[in-house]
Amino acid sequence: MDLILDIGTWVLLLAGSLLLLITGFGLLRLPDLYTRIHAGGMADTLATFLIFVGLSFQSGFSLVSVKLLLVIVFVFFTSPTASYALAQGSFVAGLKPKLDGFGQSEQKEKDDA
Amino acid sequence: MLKTISLFLVLMAVWLLLSGHYTPLITGFGIASCLLSALIAYRMDVIDHESHPIYLGPRIISYWGWLVVEIFKANIDVAKCVLFPSRYLRPSMFTVTASQKSDLGRVIYANSITLTPGTVTVDLDDDQVMVHALTEGSADGVKNGDMDQRVTKVMKET
Repeated sequence: MDLILDIGTWVLLLAGSLLLLITGFGLLRLPDLYTRIHAGGMADTLATFLIFVGLSFQSGFSLVSVKLLLVIVFVFFTSPTASYALAQGSFVAGLKPKLDGFGQSEQKEKDDA
Repeated sequence: MLKTISLFLVLMAVWLLLSGHYTPLITGFGIASCLLSALIAYRMDVIDHESHPIYLGPRIISYWGWLVVEIFKANIDVAKCVLFPSRYLRPSMFTVTASQKSDLGRVIYANSITLTPGTVTVDLDDDQVMVHALTEGSADGVKNGDMDQRVTKVMKET
């Protein structure tokens, strides 16, 4: 039983870490602020969820698990508010999202054909 | 008054879950501090349907379950988009109309959109929600109005 829980923890922690890695990659790679917020959203949601659920496997049915799960709830409540404040602030300040120039090569091929 | 009592019960439940010390003295302090907090909140008149939305009850729990599944799917989409931007990255910005009547319902809807990776609420003005979406798939997820209807159902406004 312990072995199964350990394996579960490992799988969840590794999946969460992989998502965090992709998040960091996305923060560097995506073109502008609005698209980078989406990448940051991954770290706030599924990565947090996977890592904390993995950790709560280790503490079993105890008050520690309750606290770990409450952390998930609080992060899920606060992170969209922070993302919204960031997006709204940039929008009000006049930063225009980059909307054109993606997948142009496909469009060109269509035009050529 | 009923809401003050339910606030006290919620505070008490949270205290019991977080404390872990159950000697009579400490538990007595816990009860006293919860009573005091509930009393101050009652005196300040800050307990209303927005600050203590207990009436959403089981409906919001089942909505959260649905939302977590959506977050799972959306995360995979965004991860794909980060790894293969040339194939999936199609940012767009559009406005949808929220069908909720109350402010709380609109906030739940706008926050749900932001919480799902791939879509971010940029502006919430009355019932007009401006959304920035990362891919075509995530934009369609908001445009088809499924989430909007579910939030309205949670608020019992249909």
